[in-house]
Amino acid sequence: MIAYWMCFILFLVGLYGAITRRNLIKIAISLSIMEFSTFLFFAMIGYIDEGVAPIVDPADPVKVYVDPLPQALVLTAIVIGLATTAMLMAVIIRIYRKYGTFDIREIKNLRG
Amino acid sequence: MTVIVKKTTQLIAGMVFMYGIYVIIHGHLTPGGGFAGGVILAGSFILLILAFGSDFVKLMKEETGSTLYENLAILIVLLLALSGLLLGTRIFFMNWMPKGTLGQLVSAGMLPLYNIFVGIEVAASILTIFLALVIFKEEMKE
Amino acid sequence: MEIAIAIIAGLMIIGALYAIHAKDLLSAVIACGIVGYGLVICFLLLKAPDLAIVQIVVETITLIIMVAVVLDSSREEKFSKPDPQGYVSMILSALIIGVLLYFFIISVSSLDEFGKSTLRMSGPYIEGATEKTGSANLVTGVVFDFRGYDTLGEATVLVTAVLGVLTILRIKGKK
Repeated sequence: MIAYWMCFILFLVGLYGAITRRNLIKIAISLSIMEFSTFLFFAMIGYIDEGVAPIVDPADPVKVYVDPLPQALVLTAIVIGLATTAMLMAVIIRIYRKYGTFDIREIKNLRG
Repeated sequence: MTVIVKKTTQLIAGMVFMYGIYVIIHGHLTPGGGFAGGVILAGSFILLILAFGSDFVKLMKEETGSTLYENLAILIVLLLALSGLLLGTRIFFMNWMPKGTLGQLVSAGMLPLYNIFVGIEVAASILTIFLALVIFKEEMKE
Repeated sequence: MEIAIAIIAGLMIIGALYAIHAKDLLSAVIACGIVGYGLVICFLLLKAPDLAIVQIVVETITLIIMVAVVLDSSREEKFSKPDPQGYVSMILSALIIGVLLYFFIISVSSLDEFGKSTLRMSGPYIEGATEKTGSANLVTGVVFDFRGYDTLGEATVLVTAVLGVLTILRIKGKK
């Protein structure tokens, strides 16, 4: 059970960083950390003690396999996470070219 | 970049490309598959762009090529999925080709075809994102 | 196995805490890499080789993009005294963390023990996989054959993200 608690504490660290930081790069890093904690949690749910990786060997077919369903969910989610982070970085580059700073309070005062 | 970096990258990028194609094609026998092989292919192209600097005109031509490959690949994935509706059994997205024996390279019906085209699509997407960022940085410098 | 994963998750927490409190932006981006590469080791310990391959390459590409953004800017975070809006956001985050902690304590007691999953939903998938799909890799069989719609949706999300990036980074008056 302690592994589940560690995963949850990593999620809370990311959430604290996303709410209280003022720098745009720190906010993007915190969102990325929150995504990694959910990947770890999903991969831990399907684990079986003394299980093998889910590849069927034609010579020795009857074994206890680790659950393949959560692994299929996380596989799609990792690539979508990359696309989201890249798009966030494109928006941050545009904001920096226009206002010259990464700080969200100064951008709110400068707007216009 | 210095000559050592350029020569080493020329040797290594070819090997990474071959490894990416190996992971895509053997997707139904060993760990890997469409997504893993696709990102490895994109990694080999990004390595070449980082080592050889950015010549602006050459990169613009490269970007039209990669968007073309990406859109063609996802169109072919949709056509393969629709072919289950028109030919074979009348179910969308059905695996209707013969299954073969377990563990051979030509087996598992339409799975290798899906792997190849999804791999090309993922590689072209990541390459287009990276090229758009590099071209923006180069244009802003002038 | 549980102790090993808990130790690596502890190192990831230390890396994440440094990443959000660092003053230099380049150090913060590199500390985000600690979390990503620690995740690769956790995937290998949890017997998931597909995920480890994808995560290690995706983490490298993310680090390259972030370093390229940070390098041509002023590279530090300006600290100043927390204004009243800063105090409100700290109290708000403490409240949200309290609510989430309460719900997590209720629901973690109904999860299975670590390592003794009951495979309620995956029983039919594992037994029928080799006859119905004919592939030796169970994860590929699930992703492309049993759950093909999710793969189609993921390809659509990737194409939409590329469209978004190309639209945002367009220079006006290129012709």
